[in-house]
Amino acid sequence: MQIRAPKTKRAKRELDKRAPKLVENVKKTLILHGTKTSAVLNSVLTELYHLKRDNAVKFSKKNENIKPFESGGETSLEFFSHKTDCSLFAFGSHSKKRPNNLVLGRTYDHHIYDLVEVGVENFKSIESFEYDKKLAPKIGSKPLFAFIGEEFESVDELKHLKVVLLDFFRGEVVENLNLTGVDRVFVCTALSSKTILLMHCALRLKKSGTSIPRMELVEVGPSMDLVVRRHRLPSESLLKEAMKTPDHAKKIKNVTSDVIKGKTGRIYIPDQKVGDMPLSNNIKGLKRERREAKQNKESKKRKTESE
Amino acid sequence: MEGSSYQIDLGNLMAYDPNHHFQSIPSSRGELANHCLEKGTEMVQAIANSLFSLPSTESRDGPVVKLPLPTTKLPREKHLPKPKPPTKWEEFAKMKGIKKRKKNKRVWDEQTSSWKRTHGYDRANDDRDIPILDAKSTDEVGVDPFAKRSAEKKERVKKQEKNRLENLKKAAKAGALPSHIQLAATALPITGTKKDVPKKASKDELESVAGMAATSTASGGKFDKKLPGEKPPKHSGKHRKFLPVVEGKGIGSKEKQQTEKILNQLLSKSSHEILDVNKAVTMFNVKKEKQRKKDKDANPGKSGKLKPNKKSFKKTSTKKKP
Repeated sequence: MQIRAPKTKRAKRELDKRAPKLVENVKKTLILHGTKTSAVLNSVLTELYHLKRDNAVKFSKKNENIKPFESGGETSLEFFSHKTDCSLFAFGSHSKKRPNNLVLGRTYDHHIYDLVEVGVENFKSIESFEYDKKLAPKIGSKPLFAFIGEEFESVDELKHLKVVLLDFFRGEVVENLNLTGVDRVFVCTALSSKTILLMHCALRLKKSGTSIPRMELVEVGPSMDLVVRRHRLPSESLLKEAMKTPDHAKKIKNVTSDVIKGKTGRIYIPDQKVGDMPLSNNIKGLKRERREAKQNKESKKRKTESE
Repeated sequence: MEGSSYQIDLGNLMAYDPNHHFQSIPSSRGELANHCLEKGTEMVQAIANSLFSLPSTESRDGPVVKLPLPTTKLPREKHLPKPKPPTKWEEFAKMKGIKKRKKNKRVWDEQTSSWKRTHGYDRANDDRDIPILDAKSTDEVGVDPFAKRSAEKKERVKKQEKNRLENLKKAAKAGALPSHIQLAATALPITGTKKDVPKKASKDELESVAGMAATSTASGGKFDKKLPGEKPPKHSGKHRKFLPVVEGKGIGSKEKQQTEKILNQLLSKSSHEILDVNKAVTMFNVKKEKQRKKDKDANPGKSGKLKPNKKSFKKTSTKKKP
């Protein structure tokens, strides 16, 4: 066996960035398309790339052998995901049977985790919206989400689509948020049990009487209807593994550490019930014969009772 | 419209309205968009209400709030990092109670009377910089002590590399190999022979094989369609090997070999006088065995070998005379 280690510190840093960690990096998206695409689909993919500029990779070549829902057709996707370190992907293809097809998928450990296939209808690109350019949301800002419709809870496909969309557009998970930096919102309305309307709007904060500003939505970005065609949920075992959270250090009760005494613990003993305790018959004060006689009597008594 | 309450996940800045459904979808696109925007505005306002009421700290870019943890659980991207098993040294140190000591980057070097770095180029107390070594009584005559020292150092380095490899193998077995290191197999596995290791065909091998296969065509591979990047065959066309015309005096050794081979094959097939001694002996033995068996079956009692000894054990004439 031979050890292969990177020769430069830079290469080592790059490899360490891609290593599995407790607190993970932002999920990167891979945007690619298959053999045939339509004009609509091309603009959908480019606009998706613009929305996620900082952490997305867009491939421009067509990929013939990628068929995400078939068992053999996902090896290329997994290879690309491994090479670019992307755990989300958007694969667009166009055919007569499935026009304007977009497959949104997630990977776990660079293997396919789950997939949702949607058809894009009534697409309106960013250029078709007119708005004050000063309101344009900045790249990389954390978006707000508004999901409207009971179908997001009742229908399996839409429930899955909801989590996938959340994962796609969420961005970095931060603890501290700068309130002046909230400037975009994704509004998803369920139109039927299979269709949703996705809108991207900029936020305008207006002065109101209280410290909480009044929100105003201005539609800026792409708006499209997504029709769920197929979806594949993750297998039980994979789901369980992916949802594992790192163990928090277990708190041990009744143990404290003191500088002087060191590690001290408290033991709690229940109260002794003196009245109920049975007296032993091994009374050392009595002479031997009497003592033994008492012991035998007691044991005989217990035997007959048990019988 | 304060009636409906939304499910708000502040960690993800998400609001969900579970009570909304379209009785009838508005006919025009614009109306639908407006309806959605209205509902959206309400929900965003609700998020903003809870967001702006969080305790905020002032920073130079604006008010910063601390978000709570997100409630909707999303799957991880990669598996959780597995804990590294302790290395051989770590186990030993734990057992002995040895603790790590912080080393300084610069050490006083006695020889040059200056501060030098502990590790690296031009380091302090370097093994190779010692000019004079005192001879000890244990030293053999004719042994170069400097060479001995450098050989010992090489041995120590090799041992350390071996230990490092063992530690990494142990970590790899536990699934906790450091992300920047890969272990590559260089030797054969324990079981199996050289045949079992699938040999990767080299570029030259593939080129020659393709050419050889082409000669099996009727035209000897001359008119085959060439793939992009394929070079023209080296020995094009079928060919036979012809012996050299002139080779030494009389009949050459190669021609002799050729004729001998052919002659032997011909003679062995058609000759009746040639006796295969081994075959003849075997045939004779087999015949003998068969005959013996036949005799045995015919008279079962009279087996030729095991007959009782006819000598009597009675004491008759051998009387001891006093």
